[in-house]
Amino acid sequence: MNLDFSSKNISFLKIHIIGFVLSSLLIIGSIISFFSFGLNFGIDFKGGTLIEIETKEDVDISQIRSALNDLSLGDIQIQEFGSKNDILIRIEQQSGGDKIQQNVVEIVKNKLDNDLSSPVNYRRTEVVGPKVSGELIQAGTFAIALAVFAMLLYIWFRFEWQFSLGAVLALVHDVILTIGIFCITQLEFNLPIIAAILTIVGYSMNDTVVVYDRVRENLRKHRSLVIDQLLDLSINETLSRTIITSITTLLALLSLYIFGGSVIKGFTFAMIWGVLVGTYSSIFVAAPLLKYLEVKRDWTSTSAVDSTRK
Amino acid sequence: MLYFSRSKKLLIFLTIGIGLLFALPNFFTKDSLNSFPNFFPNQQVNLGLDLQGGSHLLLEVDTDVIINERIDNLTSDLRKLYREEDLKISSIKTTNGSLKFKSSSTAQSVINKIKDLSVTDSQNLLQVGSSSNLIVNINSDEYLEILFTEEYKKLLTINAVNQSLEIVRRRIDELGTREPTIQRQGTSRIIIQVPGLEDPDQIKSLLGQTAKLTFQLVDQSVVYDPQKPDKAPIGSEVLPSDDDPNYKYIVKKRVMVGGENLVDAQPGFDPQTNEPIVTFRFDGIGAKKFGRVTQQNVGKPFAIILDDRVVSAPVIRDAILGGSGQISGGFTSEEANELAILLRAGALPAPLIILEERSVGPDLGADSINAGKIAAIIGFAAVILFMLFIYRTFGLFADIALIINLLLVLGVLSMFQATLTLPGIAGIILTIGMAVDANVLIFERVKEELRNGSSMINSIDNGYKRALSTILDANITTLIAAIILFFMASGPVRGFSITLAIGIFTSVFTAFTVTRFFISLRVRKMKSESVGLKI
Repeated sequence: MNLDFSSKNISFLKIHIIGFVLSSLLIIGSIISFFSFGLNFGIDFKGGTLIEIETKEDVDISQIRSALNDLSLGDIQIQEFGSKNDILIRIEQQSGGDKIQQNVVEIVKNKLDNDLSSPVNYRRTEVVGPKVSGELIQAGTFAIALAVFAMLLYIWFRFEWQFSLGAVLALVHDVILTIGIFCITQLEFNLPIIAAILTIVGYSMNDTVVVYDRVRENLRKHRSLVIDQLLDLSINETLSRTIITSITTLLALLSLYIFGGSVIKGFTFAMIWGVLVGTYSSIFVAAPLLKYLEVKRDWTSTSAVDSTRK
Repeated sequence: MLYFSRSKKLLIFLTIGIGLLFALPNFFTKDSLNSFPNFFPNQQVNLGLDLQGGSHLLLEVDTDVIINERIDNLTSDLRKLYREEDLKISSIKTTNGSLKFKSSSTAQSVINKIKDLSVTDSQNLLQVGSSSNLIVNINSDEYLEILFTEEYKKLLTINAVNQSLEIVRRRIDELGTREPTIQRQGTSRIIIQVPGLEDPDQIKSLLGQTAKLTFQLVDQSVVYDPQKPDKAPIGSEVLPSDDDPNYKYIVKKRVMVGGENLVDAQPGFDPQTNEPIVTFRFDGIGAKKFGRVTQQNVGKPFAIILDDRVVSAPVIRDAILGGSGQISGGFTSEEANELAILLRAGALPAPLIILEERSVGPDLGADSINAGKIAAIIGFAAVILFMLFIYRTFGLFADIALIINLLLVLGVLSMFQATLTLPGIAGIILTIGMAVDANVLIFERVKEELRNGSSMINSIDNGYKRALSTILDANITTLIAAIILFFMASGPVRGFSITLAIGIFTSVFTAFTVTRFFISLRVRKMKSESVGLKI
């Protein structure tokens, strides 16, 4: 296997329009699916009750469903979770505030203990009331916005505003696409997914910074090179690293996805997607954007640090 | 860049040595750790609730109840004032922390007197300076409204939360679980974390009751009429029975003795009926009060009231002067036990509302640890093989650095007793994938230098120099994300930000020390033996 791309000279800038069109389509698709399907919020953001049970003997899901439907607790979702005897029960938020919410677990436990033919082991219960779920949505949104803003400032400080803007556009692209995939797949969107998105923000930035760092270096080295060629050169020079690091990260994440258990599958999925999208966007979005943002070409008179203080 | 001074070498070895020493206890069982000498670090990684099993509860003190209670208490003082001043008061209504009423006078002198009420309020232990803690608004010609000042409400809240914290702590300590964490969050919230709990419902039922116990006389002047369920004479109130939802008692509002006068409560069995009961003992004041009332009311029933429900209403046969008694009310022995705990710990000043609950059973936690271990080992093996395959000898150096890196993460976690959660394990596994990045950046740079015709040694030297700023920039961005996550998140997700951040530091550290050290050794060997080195 040859992962040495440094000797290759792929002309990314020639095909960058294709990348832009593809990204635009994906972003539009994400936005449409966000407004048509929406996110499948987990109880962290929607409020409600989640109970994971393990039955000692095989129990038909329909038996659980009919037992719980008797309780008229509103919308109840029941699904197998990892194995046949491991069952996840989600019960929607009860109207009537935080106090009512708490009784649900007890009612459900009593019902299942009485009705099911098999002994039940309660592996996990989570109850999130309306007050907290509202706060968590706010905090999550704020955290992502804050992270993107912090990156904007950091790159501005270390580079120039053009780089900062390009990097952040790529970042927003990654975040939108990640939210988009969750709208399309209807995978549960919960608190750990926010953590995954923040990590994606960090990772994607990491990738972009490596490319930008090289662009800046080449701007100093090759002052007469056409910007397209200069960007191509920078992407190609860092391409091996970009791919190798993405592969090692994906290897680790895939292992986590396959062997890490059901509880963090969604979290891992988000990160795998984020690494793919982040890698793509550093090459096909962040770098070509610099062409349009008119980066400063004359780096002779001042050093990089000085130029950021203008 | 390839030269290490003696002192630098020493410092590096020392840092790694200390890190590994702290990681070591995690590879032994708890028992064998006890036989370690004392100076040896013996702390293992602190597992989060999602890994060891346990309950996390977020509670809110319902401070509205306290404020309304206080407002209610004002009514009798207000009536008294109006009687003394020969004024008329009518249509008193308490809503949402305010008291509205019709007053025959709204003169400033009257308003000032109302404001003075706050000072004479005997229950009012919290006084903001010498000024009144009441606001009196004139809503229209004859309607007045009394409110508490914001400072006073704040004081009430702080006081109630402090009291609640203390009582919650006492109640949970009674369960005898190990190391519960009870913390205040914000102004009126309490976070409780109890590891390794078999039955999370037990804790909820312990906290779900305010456990306000009072002894009040039953009002025998009227008979309870199901047709008029809420009608009671002035000075009395209608309270439901604890075991029969259809039956209600009319009891006098005056409290004979309250739970605050209890010094002890224990579960037991009635010697005659063998029914579970709770025996209790009053303190001196309580015993005296209880003795006096029972003496004066022999033959009459009194009600034992817990949280506004009548547990039982026995008839006083004799004066109870000894200061002890028993409560029976058709309890199971668990219920009697729980009631005794609640009475011993004292009443909560206000109800606690459970806003959030997350409980994980011990076997799910164990499953998660196992799954995490397997995922880590396989991910680790895959990355190690991949690096070997791509970089050969240099890959081997990076792999050694990766192993040390992982042990350092474990060591740092143990040293600072940071909590490892399931997302935290994911953070470690992500670190495995991302940690080699610093090495990859360096190696790729070295390759480039070699292609440009530099010698091996120069290439390595320049590779390290040139890659440094890129590595820092790249890692700082991830670190920023981890820091934001740390401050925004709580619980398991916070554990992820911790391992991610530790991983960033250790991976940059190992890339610039461990890998570099091995490469410098190799290069020196190459010089002396003139062995070729490929990358």
